[in-house]
Amino acid sequence: MSYLSREDARALAERVLRFSRAEQARVTIVSGDTGNTRFAENQISTSGDVTDTSVTVTSAFGRNVASSTTNRLDDESLRAAVQTSERLAPLSPENPEYMGELEPRATPERDAVVASTENLSPETRARAVAEVTSRAEARSLIATGYTVHGTASFAVMNTRGHFAYQASSNANFTTTVRTPDGTGSGWAGAGFFDWNDLDAADLAARAVDKAELSREPRDVEPGRWTTILEPTAVANMVGLMMGSLSARSADEGRSFFSRPGSGNRIGDSFLDDRVTIWSDPMDPRLYSSAFNGEGLPNRREVWVENGVLMNLAYNRFWADRQNREPTGFVSGYYMEGGDATLDDMIRSTERGLLVTRFWYIRGVDPRTILFTGLSRDGTFMIENGEIAYPVKNLRWNESPVFMLNNLEMMGRPVRVSPSESSGLSSAVHVPPLKVRDFTFTSVSDAV
Amino acid sequence: MKRREFIARSALAGGALSMLDVRELLARPARADAFYFQAQEQELAFRALDVARQAGASYADVRVSRNRTQRVSTREQQITGLSDNETMGMGVRVIADGSWGFAATSGLTADELDRATRQAVAQARANAVTQLRPLELAPTEVNPDGQWTSPISIDPFSVAIEDKVALLFAANRAAMQVPGVRFVTSALSFLREDKFFANTEGTVTNQTIYRTTPGTNVTAVAADGSDFQSRSSTDVAPRGLGWEYVVDSDLEGNAPRWAEEAVQKLSARSVDPGRYDLVLLPTHLWLTLHESIAHPTELDRIYGYEANYAGTSFIYPLEDYLGRFRYGPEIMNVQGERSSPGGLSTVGYDDEGVRPRDYLIVRNGILVDAQTTREQAPWLADWYAQTGQEVRSHGCSYAQSWADVQFQRMPNVNLLPHPDRDVQLDELIDGVDNGILIDGNGSFSIDQQRFNAQFGGQVFWEIRNGRVEGMLKDVAYQLRTPEFWNSMDLIGGESTYWTGGANNDGKGQPSQSNAISHACVPARFRQVNVINTGRSA
Repeated sequence: MSYLSREDARALAERVLRFSRAEQARVTIVSGDTGNTRFAENQISTSGDVTDTSVTVTSAFGRNVASSTTNRLDDESLRAAVQTSERLAPLSPENPEYMGELEPRATPERDAVVASTENLSPETRARAVAEVTSRAEARSLIATGYTVHGTASFAVMNTRGHFAYQASSNANFTTTVRTPDGTGSGWAGAGFFDWNDLDAADLAARAVDKAELSREPRDVEPGRWTTILEPTAVANMVGLMMGSLSARSADEGRSFFSRPGSGNRIGDSFLDDRVTIWSDPMDPRLYSSAFNGEGLPNRREVWVENGVLMNLAYNRFWADRQNREPTGFVSGYYMEGGDATLDDMIRSTERGLLVTRFWYIRGVDPRTILFTGLSRDGTFMIENGEIAYPVKNLRWNESPVFMLNNLEMMGRPVRVSPSESSGLSSAVHVPPLKVRDFTFTSVSDAV
Repeated sequence: MKRREFIARSALAGGALSMLDVRELLARPARADAFYFQAQEQELAFRALDVARQAGASYADVRVSRNRTQRVSTREQQITGLSDNETMGMGVRVIADGSWGFAATSGLTADELDRATRQAVAQARANAVTQLRPLELAPTEVNPDGQWTSPISIDPFSVAIEDKVALLFAANRAAMQVPGVRFVTSALSFLREDKFFANTEGTVTNQTIYRTTPGTNVTAVAADGSDFQSRSSTDVAPRGLGWEYVVDSDLEGNAPRWAEEAVQKLSARSVDPGRYDLVLLPTHLWLTLHESIAHPTELDRIYGYEANYAGTSFIYPLEDYLGRFRYGPEIMNVQGERSSPGGLSTVGYDDEGVRPRDYLIVRNGILVDAQTTREQAPWLADWYAQTGQEVRSHGCSYAQSWADVQFQRMPNVNLLPHPDRDVQLDELIDGVDNGILIDGNGSFSIDQQRFNAQFGGQVFWEIRNGRVEGMLKDVAYQLRTPEFWNSMDLIGGESTYWTGGANNDGKGQPSQSNAISHACVPARFRQVNVINTGRSA
């Protein structure tokens, strides 16, 4: 085990705080191992295993605050980090938003370390990769991909005696399989806590099938399309809204969630009434961050219920300013779904598009949470209830808010690999969706 | 060397000699005793190389690095963050049984390094189970005592925090004095990276790299709350320079302009979609250049190595493109440079110990080369033989820290000034009847083969009959790379050359950030598709 245990983290934190001369101080510790293996052209290209522990000290004199981080754990280096933060803090103007260190309080307790992930070796990673590359090679296709895993602990301790600790494992596996002529590409991926939950053969089969089905895509007209989004594409969109839930931005008049004039839109019905999204650090499907960098406990929070905005994210300062309690925060989320299968969605569609995932998603207009991006690695035309043929990828300019008002069908939520870079990510569960009028603005020749 | 190329290079040298660069020329050369890593860490590194060899590695390299970062961030007259961080450790990369292995640790003790080194070798052996073709590295010269330091005048870490805060508050105050401005944020970030490298071929380098990033963002809100608009200080780019660059950036002096433009955007006319001639200032064009030329000419992308994330390239198969593909007009020359003064990617040696040389990627509009590491240069052996060039890495290996394996990352990729004359911005605008002038980079998105892109900006000005008129908003243009660059009909001359860049160019899995600069000139593009991005909720 090369992440710090609760006892070791507490001992290290106490050692750091013993050097502290500040009026208030806080230490946060992140420690652990990560490992990864990449593959391209049906063979492993690079890999890496990294061991690290970093210690951040935040020192405050009144409301003068500064922090310093080091990853050297000898007394001299730790003392130097403490002294750096103590030297900087008085030089800084008062931060009126510094709320002081938290009193001791209970934080959600859970043990989310999984032995199969924690003890994963490069040999085991290589065998999983071979499951994919051998299947691609057998079909004369080219597999590229990446698997990454990590087991780490996170601890916070302050000079008022508050201590919070959590340890967890996480893993991700994604693959893109391409045809040698460069005209077809298929993707599959998954996020999971337990390495034993990885079904590399299934991922390989899905990516291989999509690569073959997507060969020689045809032209398609941009415009507003009935679109079936596989769960990864749904997460790509919904995550944009989940990242826009700052109560402060809303109250300050610079957010979609601002109420024109003043205040915010909590209580407004703003999405289709089938949309419900929540986060909960203790739900075993999510196991997201149990507390934040201040040691403030996270908690279950229903953000959207039946299309109504139930809450926005209030940090301690803004909650205090608005006479509210600080909320939990989004670190992984669960979007409720329906009973439709992907096949049901396809069968019910006279003419529409099916997309696998989105890419290069960037903000265009924060007033409407409008973003742009492109489909990739499996985009198909649906005609008369069947996948008819592959089409070229499309650029879209769309907002999750518009999309979630145009719902037609919802499927069962699944955990996805939501980040474009396929890195380790908080757990996100979303359903596949069928929506109308998804706005595609141009065609791309990229495969 | 052809006349155009000669002029292009001469123009670059001439155009680059700004006030800043004079100071760079005067910067002191690096001294060996000035480097952070001395005998103790060097011994550990050499020990790791020995352990790797004993464990059966046919090649190994070791990087010991320390990244110190400092960031001061503010909003209005408040401090929002003040931190001074460092991370230090050692990464060992090996070839065993023809495959790569890499392990890294922050524990700089002999035992821990032995463990990590053996882990790297074992990992390489495990990876060999999928091997179809063993690795081959291009030969390179041995640099037994390479030394290099960024050409800074004033170490940003030596400047008092009070001075940094005061500078930001002064800029914020200047912005807030403009009526209609409601919010302003600003920040200063600094990096000093100390990097020691050694490999089993005898190359040993010691480098100190600085990066400095000043920035401001101003937000105006309409009186009735119906609209908000922001303006970022994109005409102040991050650079591989010191505190002197912060002073030259003059955030306080520029803040009123950024603020006034943010306010003006509230009442700007929403653009009518359609085809327009575009005049793109260097403050904007650097990012288009980055996305649509620098990325698609990365050789690992072209060969499919990044297909699962960053993507591949429209340049495929490469042999159909090298020496044949017309990227743009004759006046277009694009150069890879890790020597650009103040460039973010400027170094003495890359992360394989190779001393990079400047080289043209696009010569007189034609694609002639790609970005390479030692592993990749041999992939171009046929092309280099055909054109009488040696098989040598272009020195494009980079890792963001000790904890990350090095791989191919772009150098500073620059669009060189007009090869024949010093064309001014006025001349570019003169020739436009119905167009848009775009200042500053904004929203950006491009597909995974770098064909289809969409770019916004910071400020948009309407051009009518050769004159710049009122401000526009909700503007984004969409392009297809080959047609776009071939629609470029005139570019600025040497006196219009300007360097933009970013610290956060993502590529690789795990994703790593590369810092790169892109110098370029203003340029004019004909009949580009412009869309209106405004929608109502």
